[in-house]
Amino acid sequence: MRLIRIGAGLPLLLAAVASFFLFPEYLSLLNTLFILAIFALAYDLLQGHAGVVSLGHAVFFGMGAYTAAVLAAHGVTEPVVGLLAALLLSGLLALLLTRIVVVGNDLTRLLVTLGIGFLMLEAANQARWLTGGADGMSDFTMGPVLGLFRFDFAGETAFWYSLAALVLVYAFLWRLTTSPFGLALRGIRENVRRMPAIGAPVRRHLATAYTISGGIAGLAGALLAQTSNFASLDMLGFERSAEVMMMATLGGTGSIPGVVLGAVGFSYLKDALSAMSPKYWHLGIGLVLMLSVFVLRGGIAGGVSALLRRLRGRG
Amino acid sequence: MARSKQPSVQAGRRSVLLAASAAAALPLARPAIAQERKLVVGVVLPLSGTFADQGRNNEEGIKTFQKIHGTKVGNVTVETVMRDDQGPGSGDLSRRLTQELIQRSRAEIILGYSFTPNALSAASLLTEAKKPGIIINAATSIITERSPYFARVSMTLPQLASSLGQWAARNGIKTVFTIVSDYGPGLDAETWFTKAFEAGGGKVVGGARTPVAAMDYSPFLQRAIEAKPEAVFGFNPGGDVSVAFMKQTKERGLSQAGIKLLVTGDVVDDNLIPAMGDALDGVISALHYQVELDNPANRRFLAGFREVAGANATPSYRTVQAYDGMALIYHALQATGGKTDADSIMNAIKGARIDSPRGPFTIDPATRDIVQNIYIRRGQQKDGRWANIAFETIEGVKDPAK
Repeated sequence: MRLIRIGAGLPLLLAAVASFFLFPEYLSLLNTLFILAIFALAYDLLQGHAGVVSLGHAVFFGMGAYTAAVLAAHGVTEPVVGLLAALLLSGLLALLLTRIVVVGNDLTRLLVTLGIGFLMLEAANQARWLTGGADGMSDFTMGPVLGLFRFDFAGETAFWYSLAALVLVYAFLWRLTTSPFGLALRGIRENVRRMPAIGAPVRRHLATAYTISGGIAGLAGALLAQTSNFASLDMLGFERSAEVMMMATLGGTGSIPGVVLGAVGFSYLKDALSAMSPKYWHLGIGLVLMLSVFVLRGGIAGGVSALLRRLRGRG
Repeated sequence: MARSKQPSVQAGRRSVLLAASAAAALPLARPAIAQERKLVVGVVLPLSGTFADQGRNNEEGIKTFQKIHGTKVGNVTVETVMRDDQGPGSGDLSRRLTQELIQRSRAEIILGYSFTPNALSAASLLTEAKKPGIIINAATSIITERSPYFARVSMTLPQLASSLGQWAARNGIKTVFTIVSDYGPGLDAETWFTKAFEAGGGKVVGGARTPVAAMDYSPFLQRAIEAKPEAVFGFNPGGDVSVAFMKQTKERGLSQAGIKLLVTGDVVDDNLIPAMGDALDGVISALHYQVELDNPANRRFLAGFREVAGANATPSYRTVQAYDGMALIYHALQATGGKTDADSIMNAIKGARIDSPRGPFTIDPATRDIVQNIYIRRGQQKDGRWANIAFETIEGVKDPAK
């Protein structure tokens, strides 16, 4: 089992690199797919590994986006610096919020995170001097990445920049979730009452997971703001929070390669359907989501491992 | 292609033959006529979600234009490719769609942008790609300053608000209470109404800012009535929200309290009137288009529109804006003789004068923004139906914010 999961990262990376050469006209779409994959991975550290649901995770995504945009608007135009700042600030915000999120059960968490989402949205709307309010922020220019690579029209720089971030996040989360800490998170997911009995500090573990998850979500937001030269209220809105939950579930919550595939698949489907039928594409999305629940139990990852089990059974 | 053949005609029989055989080898080339070609206009509009009706209004305008004027300008066939930007705030998406339309669909002109953030986020991209972007709805003043390739055929909110403010001051209204939605355009409306009204000697005695999607206006209207102004100035984002606002002004008895209602014309858009009914009675508004306008271009437009959208449909001012966006593109193609590079198109757009259903308008060559008539209208009954009837025309209004 463990070997298979390690192995899944490499083909995914090869496919990503190959797509650069195979689909040169789709680079800006691929860039957004990578960013959403990072966001979904960040979210799934909570839902899939620690078993903590949230309907307000876009708060951190938006925090990262605004951090990168505000920094760039005030002269800090090096993208990597913006990225690190977004990671730290969103992580800090998550740390501050842990106290009210970690207590309670799933239902109260859904309500609390939803509430935090609305609060932050209105706060960002009111702080017009900083965030541009409902008009969003687009009046900033990003510098070249590491002073070398300018963001170009076709999106080549953005493609590699986001892919590099995705690879780092993937490797980090892989390492984290297979560590004893990751094991403890899974323990919390499976039985939160028993964990204290074996001496595991549940609250501290959850706080750590929440902080890391928030930081990485902020990183994803910063990537989107930098590569699309734009930040807006939309980025911390409820729809984005709900979407990330769908992506993680569709991919197979708890499986890192599964979540990447879920995010990429869902977002690509959205784009393809909306190009095909700009008016009625929501219908297609709804059908796919419903089908995936009935046909693909455990999402894409669940489907794949069921298939593998069957193949092995025959062999 | 066609041009390169001309010298060979003079060069001798052999090259003529060569050219002829080369032409014959190309299945589509017709040497006698200038070469046929296709121009893709990429369209970015909200076609799904809460604001899908705005996108639909725009889309019907584009269809109506091509229904009346055909798809060909000279030897250029104009084709549209539509993408859905899902409404306001999705600037990252609208930027990506713009990029994809240019790169994947080979769009040479982009038409659309219903919301300010979506237009702003595409600005630097259009500048870099050197593609003209024709804005057919977004109304914040600053947009056209963000890219030299932007031109606007809709309106700016300051155009409406300050025309109305001037009119109110000129017509003896002394005190006004403002009720605007609490977001960018609402604040624009409040600022520019106040500026024009107070410059004319009026006084704003108070104001309220309401949540953008608010459906309950009674507390704000109550405060307005208690402030005892001669008039209330209102702005909100249209659609159901504005219908709710208008109905409640009637229910709370604004006119019984002797208070006039002034609104920017988008609040009482013609296609919302059936839902507002007698709440429209006596309401003064300022807008650049109403169905009742009597001019040849509007008669043609209405006939074409009813073929596209059905005999009983009422167009929105947004329908006309999209119609005029296409008119501007056709005008530019005629002026350049089919040249489609951005600089030729932009040169043709600057200073263009179009006879629109809304009356004549021009594109200011300096700002690439629209200069147009603003009509002051009163809500009243005509032939048994409620309508906005213009009683004063302010000609050639520029965006006062620039």
